[in-house]
Amino acid sequence: MRICGPPTGADGHRARYPDPVTIAHAADRSGILPDRITTPTLRTFLRSVPSVDEVGVAERVAALSTRSIKKESKRAALEMIVRMTDLTTLEGKDTPGRVAQLCAKAIRPDPTDPSIPSVAAVCVYPTMVRHAVTATEGTGVKVASVATYFPSGMADTKLKVEETRMVVADGAHEVDMVIDRGAFLAGEYFKVFDEIRRVKEACGEAHLKVILETGELVTLDNVRRASMLAMAAGADFIKTSTGKVSPAATLPVTLVMLEAIRDFHDATGVMVGMKPAGGIRTAKDAIRYLVLFNETLGHPWMTPDLFRFGASSLLNDILMQIRWLDTGRYQSPNYFTKD
Amino acid sequence: MSRFPTTTHTPLLWEYAPSRESTDIVEIEDRYGLFIDGEFREPKSGKWFDTVNPATEEKLATVAEAGPKDVDDAVKAARAAFEGPWGRMSPSERAKHVFRIARMIQERSRELAVLEVLDGGKPIKEARDVDLPLVAAHFFYYAGWADKLEYAFPGAKPKPLGVAGQVIPWNFPLLMLAWKVAPALAAGNTVVLKPAETTPLSALLFAQIAAEAGLPPGVVNVVTGAGETGQLVVTHPGVDKVAFTGSTAVGKLIRSQVAGTGKKLTLELGGKAANIIFEDAPLDQAVEGVINGIFFNQGHVCCAGSRLLVEESIHDRFVDKVKRRLQTLRVGDPLDKNTDVGAINSRQQLEKIEELVESGVAEGAEMYQPDCPLPAKGFWFRPTLFTGVSQSHRIAQEEIFGPVLSILTFRTPEEAVEKANNTPYGLSAGVWTSKGSRILWMADRMKAGVVWANTYNKFDPTSPFGGYKESGFGREGGRHGLLPYLDWSE
Repeated sequence: MRICGPPTGADGHRARYPDPVTIAHAADRSGILPDRITTPTLRTFLRSVPSVDEVGVAERVAALSTRSIKKESKRAALEMIVRMTDLTTLEGKDTPGRVAQLCAKAIRPDPTDPSIPSVAAVCVYPTMVRHAVTATEGTGVKVASVATYFPSGMADTKLKVEETRMVVADGAHEVDMVIDRGAFLAGEYFKVFDEIRRVKEACGEAHLKVILETGELVTLDNVRRASMLAMAAGADFIKTSTGKVSPAATLPVTLVMLEAIRDFHDATGVMVGMKPAGGIRTAKDAIRYLVLFNETLGHPWMTPDLFRFGASSLLNDILMQIRWLDTGRYQSPNYFTKD
Repeated sequence: MSRFPTTTHTPLLWEYAPSRESTDIVEIEDRYGLFIDGEFREPKSGKWFDTVNPATEEKLATVAEAGPKDVDDAVKAARAAFEGPWGRMSPSERAKHVFRIARMIQERSRELAVLEVLDGGKPIKEARDVDLPLVAAHFFYYAGWADKLEYAFPGAKPKPLGVAGQVIPWNFPLLMLAWKVAPALAAGNTVVLKPAETTPLSALLFAQIAAEAGLPPGVVNVVTGAGETGQLVVTHPGVDKVAFTGSTAVGKLIRSQVAGTGKKLTLELGGKAANIIFEDAPLDQAVEGVINGIFFNQGHVCCAGSRLLVEESIHDRFVDKVKRRLQTLRVGDPLDKNTDVGAINSRQQLEKIEELVESGVAEGAEMYQPDCPLPAKGFWFRPTLFTGVSQSHRIAQEEIFGPVLSILTFRTPEEAVEKANNTPYGLSAGVWTSKGSRILWMADRMKAGVVWANTYNKFDPTSPFGGYKESGFGREGGRHGLLPYLDWSE
């Protein structure tokens, strides 16, 4: 089983920075992964992750939030954000009908303006995957399913793996799993690592987004370590939150995760994606995330393959702003379809 | 490469459109006289000079050059105000005046910020978010002390000195004015201020604000001109107190001229600060601190972290991070709200930077610059870093006062302290580590007036600022900042 992507082109980096991130690589290549990686080796690895200064992060975020994004760069940003959105409904009251409506909105966000692109994906609960797959077939809109006993993740690994297999079999292209926060905070790093690895294996061709639930990890040091752990275990994306815990995505947490992604790329050559989710409701907020992204990882990452927004109400504010840029007028929310 | 075998989208190019702050808010007159005794006057010297926008080399205004008679008039006006209305005013009334100035600065902060950018070349982002808030904060802070001086120094009966002659630099024209004028006024002195010849405009606008705030004529006088005018202010026998911020060479000259005159003196001079990065530092925040330490205000900062000392074990990794960050700095039009690094203040300063950078290359250090485009007109210098620098290189010893970082390494905390202190200067230093005890250990041993821990270039009116060794003496800010403006003889 591959733990990380093929290490081509990254050897030079690794030779210069003997970073323990490469534990995963080394083990993978020699084929003795399960025995070599243990909680102690992972603890050593996580101790080598640079610490985070919360004041410095807040300052950097505040500085980048003053970037002035106007005119054509605002228009481009808004359209990019639409393309990068995982339009989400994760409610106990979701029904096949509601999911079908959401899919219609995902495919064509603004019925009056065909130039507005489709969103990247719809994100639904496991039982809704079949319905979403049917509704989006042939449109290019992907179906993402939360899995692993979302949002708490309080279940045995076997059950989580089973659920993952189920949503993939139902046609999900992407799986959003939650990590075992309790195990992470208790220092049982191997449990967290191994679970991600097993779920990744169950994903097969589907992409794996690993939700850290940063609101429960609390410190930025934990966020950075959990990010590295998830990436070493095989995450294709790391994601901030379930949206069920407050605070959900914040700019400081996102910056720390982006910096971890950058370090991981330096050490392994692998590009991991980022998904802030929960609490991003306005175009202005979303543009701030995009700026953070642009100035931390930069151009090669500026694609829906590597950056997503997990959001539900954000989309209409984006559409409203696009309409304003195009016409010079703000329109009533009545002119934008709810879903 | 991505882990996705099926990457389908090519990355999108996203550029920030120009977002230029409008200059309509500020009206620059064609000619500015000297501000003496509450009014603008033609200079008796009959001499004038131009001030230009360093980002475009366009002339902004013609400004009077004060000669001996003009400076004499200014000092006499200041003396009359000190012995007259200002001296007789109750401390609480004096406080009201300083508070009023602080509020008016806040109200007109956008106008002042734009003017600061036009005349000095610094990015609007910094003038708006750093300079102006600090300027207002300084006036507010010292206004609060005006009627509480006896409480500031219990048991003492401090009295104002009289006329303060103040000479300020071009890097933070208005902020340096605030650092000097606010404590002087709060303590009950009157002021003759000489702003730098390349950046006189914000001081002249400040003079208007002071007049509108109802300050009696003669309390604040602004005499513009170059070094000769500054020398006239400093050596005038009617001046009781001299405060200077600028180069060490001029500081030494002033000290010799003031010696034996009985004038009180404070000097805030150059620096060659060490920013020290330990292996266990929060690396990405340290990178930001390094960038902010040396590229803030184009490196025209006396306390700039111009020598980076990196623990050898993380040198390559850290330098790569700094280089990558250098590439994202946006250099250009200072009025663009997204500009990070603006124009070099003057041609003279640009030539000095170029000369020192050439010496760095000649002495064998390895230079790195990002390939950012620079505007065709104006004074510009790319953010630059040197690796492989030795203590004996000129770029590790002399103050460059530009966007140039010299990177050295160390192996132990003792070596870091030794290298940090191995300079004639001693203004500031930075320490980056996750270990609290090491911060205190380092701070105890470093000969620097300010030691920042896990941050850099942070200022606050309540915090004293000043140097050791050839970085000067006396403190500005905090209660310490009142001391140089008070008489303690009783």
